[in-house]
Amino acid sequence: MLDFAITVAFGFVAIAVGMCCWRLLRGPSTPDRILALDTLYVNAIALLMLLGIHLGSALFFEAALLIALMGFIGTVALCKYLLRGDIIE
Amino acid sequence: MLEYFLSFLILTGAALTFIGSLGLLRLKDFYMRLHGPTKATTLGVGSLLIASAVFFSSRDAGISLHEVLITLFLFITAPVSAHLLAKAALHLNLHSHARIPVNPARPVEDKDSEIAGAGSTAPAKENSSTDMSSPHKSV
Repeated sequence: MLDFAITVAFGFVAIAVGMCCWRLLRGPSTPDRILALDTLYVNAIALLMLLGIHLGSALFFEAALLIALMGFIGTVALCKYLLRGDIIE
Repeated sequence: MLEYFLSFLILTGAALTFIGSLGLLRLKDFYMRLHGPTKATTLGVGSLLIASAVFFSSRDAGISLHEVLITLFLFITAPVSAHLLAKAALHLNLHSHARIPVNPARPVEDKDSEIAGAGSTAPAKENSSTDMSSPHKSV
């Protein structure tokens, strides 16, 4: 039961990643692309969590935490660049 | 029993993540697209993280708290990044499909009085228009 659920969830999240990549490549404006990157890292955390449950290994939490941290900082930096034309003034 | 609960949480999380990305792909304008990932996807990942916490807490001895940390961090940072993205989009003047709302603080009677007031100040406007048009005449 759990294995089946995890397989289905892997499929759903993989399609979600594909849709984010489409918006990232296609997005008509720059904030669209930044939003796609933001969604992409959240989806990467979801994939890492699923892989952790599937393999029964608690090793992936640190990677997920790092991705969450770095992704947030990247989003903030890109938005700051769009807003001010500079990141650190 | 626990397995069914975990499966439910995992499937719910995956479906919410999928719906959020579908909103990112399908909605019409940026301000609508902002809603999908910032709410649905964050909730979906939160559900997956709860499933992971329950799974590792039931398997190993002791409570697994890494996931709670990640959930807390994601739930704190998602509104901040959404706010910054909306500010950037407004700064870039992105096109919005939304209608301009009617201001409820200014009812119709006020508008009429404003028009009357504009009528009283009409001569000044005429003066300014003649002032504006005179350079054109001289040119």
